[in-house]
Amino acid sequence: MNGNNYVIEVNDLVKRYGDFTAVNGISFNVSCGEIFGLLGPNGAGKTTTLEIIETLRDKTSGSVKVLGYDVSKDADQIKKRIGVQLQAAGYYPALTLIELLDLFIGLYNVRADKKQLLERVGLTDKAKAKYKTLSGGQKQRFSICTTLIHQPDIVFLDEPTTGLDPQARRNLWDLIREIKAQGTTVVITTHYMDEAEYLCERVGIMEKGQIVAMNSPAQLIDNLLDSGFTPQRRVKEATLEDVFLNLTGQEWRDE
Amino acid sequence: MSNAPVKYNQLKAMLSIARASLRSILKSPSAVIFTLLFPLIFIVVFGFIGRSSMHLDIGVTKSSLQNNPIHQALASMSIVSIVPETDSTEFYDALRKGNLDAVLDIQKDAAGRLNIYLTTTDAKAQNKTIVTSVLNNIILETYKHNPAFNAMPIPVDPTIHETVIRSREYKSIDFILPGQLGFSLLSTGVFGVAFVFLNLRQTMVLKRFFATPIKRPFIVLGEALARLTFALTGALVIILIGKFLFGFTLVHGVVTVINMLLLSVLGLIVFMGFGFLVSGIAKNESSVPPLANIVTLPQFLLSGTFFPISAFPKWLQPISNALPLTHLNAAMRQVAFEGVPLYMLGKEIGILVLWGIVVYALAVRFFRWE
Repeated sequence: MNGNNYVIEVNDLVKRYGDFTAVNGISFNVSCGEIFGLLGPNGAGKTTTLEIIETLRDKTSGSVKVLGYDVSKDADQIKKRIGVQLQAAGYYPALTLIELLDLFIGLYNVRADKKQLLERVGLTDKAKAKYKTLSGGQKQRFSICTTLIHQPDIVFLDEPTTGLDPQARRNLWDLIREIKAQGTTVVITTHYMDEAEYLCERVGIMEKGQIVAMNSPAQLIDNLLDSGFTPQRRVKEATLEDVFLNLTGQEWRDE
Repeated sequence: MSNAPVKYNQLKAMLSIARASLRSILKSPSAVIFTLLFPLIFIVVFGFIGRSSMHLDIGVTKSSLQNNPIHQALASMSIVSIVPETDSTEFYDALRKGNLDAVLDIQKDAAGRLNIYLTTTDAKAQNKTIVTSVLNNIILETYKHNPAFNAMPIPVDPTIHETVIRSREYKSIDFILPGQLGFSLLSTGVFGVAFVFLNLRQTMVLKRFFATPIKRPFIVLGEALARLTFALTGALVIILIGKFLFGFTLVHGVVTVINMLLLSVLGLIVFMGFGFLVSGIAKNESSVPPLANIVTLPQFLLSGTFFPISAFPKWLQPISNALPLTHLNAAMRQVAFEGVPLYMLGKEIGILVLWGIVVYALAVRFFRWE
């Protein structure tokens, strides 16, 4: 692949809707096997950027290559090799998880071990449950499960932990790290900085359609401190979330 | 990275959508209620009370004498419509199909006595007996109970010579069932498709499908196939229940069933087009029912589902005759009761196809993927 190790190459990407410029000339690369985070406030252009890379949306200009394929020309090749989890995507709510996995196995034209897939996301005992009966965290885990069916090279997760309680969030973090450990590249968007700090090797921070910073979380923090920044109050060694999790347990549970 | 070019099979993907969608339809109570339960309830209700058709259409031949008490008494009765003869074969054909209840030919013999040549049919066994008793009653009133005639030495009262044309009995189920079948196809086509596509769009299921290698037309085909499978199964159940519980007439048996199912497919494709159109126009879930009702309600009432269109006032009939369900119903009834082959139903099928072209042209214009 072009001699480098990039699985995603974005160059001068622009997306306009009429007069509104949602993405304004951004460039970045994602390396094979890393967890890359796209951060930024609502409306910064994260989801638009992600959907262009996922071949779900046309770009206005610039070039985007995924696994060496051009998104404008080889969308079909890309779709076979990536897994996409959408913000708040639903399924046929009355179907069971096994039935829904059958659907996606057919959609990807692959063979897959459904039991093993459910086990991977901790939903073994929910195999025969209807999708609509799942809790928020279980729905997100199942949603991620459908992205793993065809053993993709890259998995895209759009705000996977929004609206989840701390336990469910930690469960998902474990799952995402486990996916990375299998050699899959993960691209994630999030509003939670602790999440980005915990999961991502590198993050890009978007604001008004542009990337305003890109580096590892630790380096970004160091850069800020080097510039003479002092936090408003000293942070303690533990957080309130740690207290909460310590008191209420951290194991996977039926939230 | 696997670079081996694996051939992706769109049909396989489409079938997996069809299967999931069918499972989903079967688990949705409203789909089952609209497609099966409602039509069956109507069939049961109307099947038992029967059509209260206290109305007789009596054909009168050209040669029949009109200037006599019998003809005049009949013509003056409110429940009797006198139908003058236009064409002899057409006349007896109408009788055989149950569109006429009797054909009357009144002649005077050499002695001046009236002879009533009555042709009836057992297509409508009930009305056949009514016609005879109405005639006997008239004879009784005007001759036998009339002292003037009673005083005469020779009998002058007319004789009835009845000929019965053997025909299949046209039962109320034979009218009701095709109408209910058409209504079932209409509601499952329009409501089902409109809700499903709006839902798939709003819950981003469509978008999730877009992220897989399946092509967009195959998503639509998969959903349509599920709807078609479900509706045809429903149609078959309705036909079989009609046949075995209510004696619904299937002239050529299995062939008739197959023809009815073929008509169902055509009707359903047209009605699903309305559904696609509604899902494209509707802004949200709550605007689906009013839009879908605009399509279904007029057809439900005006397409001869419950009453023959001929029972409507004249000004309403052109509207009825413009609606697709009218022609589906008409075609169904002809296929089931008269055994008319599909290629003889050019007018009905042609109008349905025309509706299909118009509706899909509009649906493609308004259809939204996101």
